[in-house]
Amino acid sequence: MDDLRSVERIVSDDEKTKISAKNVQVYYGDTHAIRDVDVEIADKTVTAFIGPSGCGKSTFLRCLNRMNDTIDICRVEGDIRIDGEDIYDKRVDPVQLRAKVGMVFQKPNPFPKSIYDNVAYGPRIHGLAHSKAELDEIVEKSLRRGAIWNEVKDRLDAPGTGLSGGQQQRLCIARAVATEPEVLLMDEPCSALDPIATAQVEELIDELRQSYSVVIVTHSMQQAARVSQRTAFFHLGNLVEFGETGQIFTNPTDERTESYISGRIG
Amino acid sequence: MPVFWIVCAVLAIGVIGYGLCRSKAMKSAGGNARNLHSLPSYYGANAFLFSVVAPLALLFAWLIFVPILIDRSIGATIPEDRIAEGSSLGLMMADVSRVSNGLNLAVSEGAMTEEESRSIRTEFTDVRERLASVGVALGSNVDATILQAAQKHRAASDRSRLFMSIAVIALSLAGLALAMSRTKADFRARNTVEAAVKVMLIAAASVAILTTLGIVLSLLFNTIEFFRIWPATDFFFNTTWSPSFGDTGSELGLAPLLWGTFYISIVALAVAVPVGLFAAIYLAEYASPKVRAFAKPLLEILAGIPTIVYGLFALLTVGPLLVSFFGDGGTFGVEWMRGGTAVMTAGLVMGVMLIPFVSSLSDDIINAVPQAMRDGSLGIGATKSETIRQVVLPAALPGIVGAILLAASRAIGETMIVVMGAGAAAKLSLNPFEAMTTVTAKIVSQLTGDSDFASPQALVAFALGMSLFVITLALNVLALYIVRRYREQYD
Repeated sequence: MDDLRSVERIVSDDEKTKISAKNVQVYYGDTHAIRDVDVEIADKTVTAFIGPSGCGKSTFLRCLNRMNDTIDICRVEGDIRIDGEDIYDKRVDPVQLRAKVGMVFQKPNPFPKSIYDNVAYGPRIHGLAHSKAELDEIVEKSLRRGAIWNEVKDRLDAPGTGLSGGQQQRLCIARAVATEPEVLLMDEPCSALDPIATAQVEELIDELRQSYSVVIVTHSMQQAARVSQRTAFFHLGNLVEFGETGQIFTNPTDERTESYISGRIG
Repeated sequence: MPVFWIVCAVLAIGVIGYGLCRSKAMKSAGGNARNLHSLPSYYGANAFLFSVVAPLALLFAWLIFVPILIDRSIGATIPEDRIAEGSSLGLMMADVSRVSNGLNLAVSEGAMTEEESRSIRTEFTDVRERLASVGVALGSNVDATILQAAQKHRAASDRSRLFMSIAVIALSLAGLALAMSRTKADFRARNTVEAAVKVMLIAAASVAILTTLGIVLSLLFNTIEFFRIWPATDFFFNTTWSPSFGDTGSELGLAPLLWGTFYISIVALAVAVPVGLFAAIYLAEYASPKVRAFAKPLLEILAGIPTIVYGLFALLTVGPLLVSFFGDGGTFGVEWMRGGTAVMTAGLVMGVMLIPFVSSLSDDIINAVPQAMRDGSLGIGATKSETIRQVVLPAALPGIVGAILLAASRAIGETMIVVMGAGAAAKLSLNPFEAMTTVTAKIVSQLTGDSDFASPQALVAFALGMSLFVITLALNVLALYIVRRYREQYD
């Protein structure tokens, strides 16, 4: 754990809160999946959610862009605000919300379309480009942001499903940033990738921090330590501890966090 | 010995072998099944297979081939000049075997003694009458030559039957002995039995393939026969279909029938594809599990309705309804339709019949599109309908095209609805309210007429069938190709 201390942590005190969740409860049918979660996620930082399988971290992540609405039996209670606006308010259109809160999934899921069309999908739906040239520009910018432009610039017409796993995941990240979201949610984005692809994606996450607030769910504590500034530890549907990453990993206040990090539970 | 008892005997030997080998295996392992290579039942099953499979195979081969050999050897003894005028050796041999079987039947029913049946003579007895009394009908009087041949036939058959019984049971016992001698603790009985199971599975798979092959060959030979007496160019390029059952004046052109087939199929697909596809999208994407559990089986019931019932529906309901709209003095004031039977009538009803094909297959295909794909699209901020139109349907498209092509080949092969809904007039016309007919309907009418089976008017049915077969085969191959070529590999 020595290397963790060497990671640079810049968490200034004057950062502004992007997402604030208070007293969130999630039910799957009769199961109470998430209890009393309070989290404040800062703008332009990477926040990692860690915890054992089934602890509710992915479920909570999906609350932040109302993806849980697509599951019939799922019910969310509590107060989640992005920039002070309640996203579960009746007046909020979940479709609009998801354009603002992009998401990258565990398994790379490019659409069965060309690389270009994969990235252009969001901008086309939301009418972000007024001309072909403008769309080309957005696609190029997004692919550059996804750190995949150099690998695919010569074959934008090739199907996105033909890329390698790591490339597919970066394509999905490019696709997510193409709609200019303010928050990027990542649900175990590296779990299906090999170490080299993982390193590329992690590097990318660090760059994305310049423009977005990134929330990443991960099983790998090393990954959380490497990429995040803040870490939240979930256990059995509860948020056990939330704080600055270095502090969580080196000096956790809760006994369960310490047990999990040192490998005794989980 | 009757065949039934031979089979029983062989099976009995098999069952005894099962018990013997099972206990022998146990004994050789010192009573402890752990010392055996396989479970004890495998040794038993192995013995059963050894003493049953080969003997039964021999039995069936004997039953199929030996009578042919007997016929041939007896046929050779009939002198050329004894074959009656206008008859042939084949016809005579048919009589011979019928007399031979008839005598056997008469003996077994007690109408004749064994002695009598051996000594019966055409000079003293009317054999035809005697056999008719036990229910064997003969086409002509039995003359001495036939009776003599029939007696030889009986003797040869009896001999063959005896040899067969001995051979089969001996083979069965030999198999049992072989299995016994091989049964030891380290004999790999399980591998042998599993190899036999594999052979059985292969045989099951071959049945379908071989049957298809047989159907194609029988079609092919008759088609060749037809083209030998009818010019192929006339069949393919003549635009008139008017078979007359006399010798002259028949025109047998494929074109009007093919056009009718395609026209009706197109109307049917124009109904079935949109309706079926929309139904599938609703069921797969929008319907709640409750509605789905109720609506999907209900839709699939449509596929279970016999086509003759659809035909009745076309004839009694849809036809008159269409006439009341498009017919003389109808609602629309046009006179497009003269009778209830029309391309439109058959096409609409056939379309309804095809809806469950399209919807059920498409529904399965849409459901097979991974949820991750939908999540990806929804996560970007697409609405449900954008997701369906731009992600789910393109991903499912190859499968949907396959479903549509399968429905198309169903439509092309459909007969009953056409016979009852579209009429029987072969016509090349663009008016969908006119009666037309299809290839399948004409195959039925050509073969069920009372024309000579060797005439071109009857044989043309096979050429029509072959054309249809080639077309639907091509459609199916195309469907398979599209599905394979463009299917996204999801894991």
